[in-house]
Amino acid sequence: MTERPLRDTPGMPRDQEGPVFREPWEAQAFGMAVMLHERGHFTWMEWTKRLATEIAAARARGEHDDGTRYYHYWLAALEKLVAEKNLVGKEELSTRKHEWDVAARSTPHGQPIELKRRA
Amino acid sequence: MSGHHHDHDHDDVDAGPPLGDLQLRVRALESLLVDKGLVDPTALDTLIDTYETKVGPRNGARVVAKAWIDPKYRQRLLENASTAIAELGYIGRQGEDMVVLENTPKVHNMVVCTLCSCYPWPVLGLPPVWYKAAPYRSRAVIDPRGVLKEFGVTVPDDVEVRVWDSTAELRYLVLPERPAGTEGLREEQLAELVTRDAMIGTGKVEAPRPKAKR
Repeated sequence: MTERPLRDTPGMPRDQEGPVFREPWEAQAFGMAVMLHERGHFTWMEWTKRLATEIAAARARGEHDDGTRYYHYWLAALEKLVAEKNLVGKEELSTRKHEWDVAARSTPHGQPIELKRRA
Repeated sequence: MSGHHHDHDHDDVDAGPPLGDLQLRVRALESLLVDKGLVDPTALDTLIDTYETKVGPRNGARVVAKAWIDPKYRQRLLENASTAIAELGYIGRQGEDMVVLENTPKVHNMVVCTLCSCYPWPVLGLPPVWYKAAPYRSRAVIDPRGVLKEFGVTVPDDVEVRVWDSTAELRYLVLPERPAGTEGLREEQLAELVTRDAMIGTGKVEAPRPKAKR
């Protein structure tokens, strides 16, 4: 494992109040986990265990974890936990993802992407 | 804003799909949670906005400044941080306990989460990228003085460095030393000096530089 000094970590903000999310989807993923927890769907302990497992697995795969992939692990952990808690199943998630993909591809550039509502 | 670079070879360049894999997954999950009534989209936006812009490290800075000027508050803060922080209206969303670590001329505290980047969100907002990165997480424990040096903090040999590993139930906030030369400052002015890094323990609070004569 190559350990690079903190200074060489790409994307590491040295400013005091640098951006906390790199991209909007990270903030969305963050918010969903916090809100599901607040509504009592899982304990924060359950959540952090899931997240830690995800991070440990990435490390075991040899992924270079410089912090920029943190929310990738976050999202993967959340997908697994909602399936485990029978909130959102793996298959419906995959179907819905496909629907968004189709919607996005058929939406002209500059228009908001929306899913067609079924009734 | 600096240029966004892709260091992965997904097909989301020019001719690729308008939404990348991660964006699609987030949209899919969020829309399903909304459809099922598990998440209220308006409340979700409000929550994100709170963490992104309103919470920030400013809450923590106010806690520190108050502790500097009010010895009784400081006592309460060190004895029961969760309650003392809640006095200022900052309440943990995850029900975690807060512990405040006081830096002294003999002890320098720094905080890390070696497992999963637990972080005191209510007082510090969302964690910076480096806090979540493997180099900080692992090296802070093995070589804290080396890490501090990279942050520009030199800790004299006779000062003990204590590294605290956060957990899901226990989050730490460092109470930095009040810099000399700030005796005349008001609480709000002091709060402006307190940086996020100082409250993680990877920085020190500096007195304001004397202003040029008007």
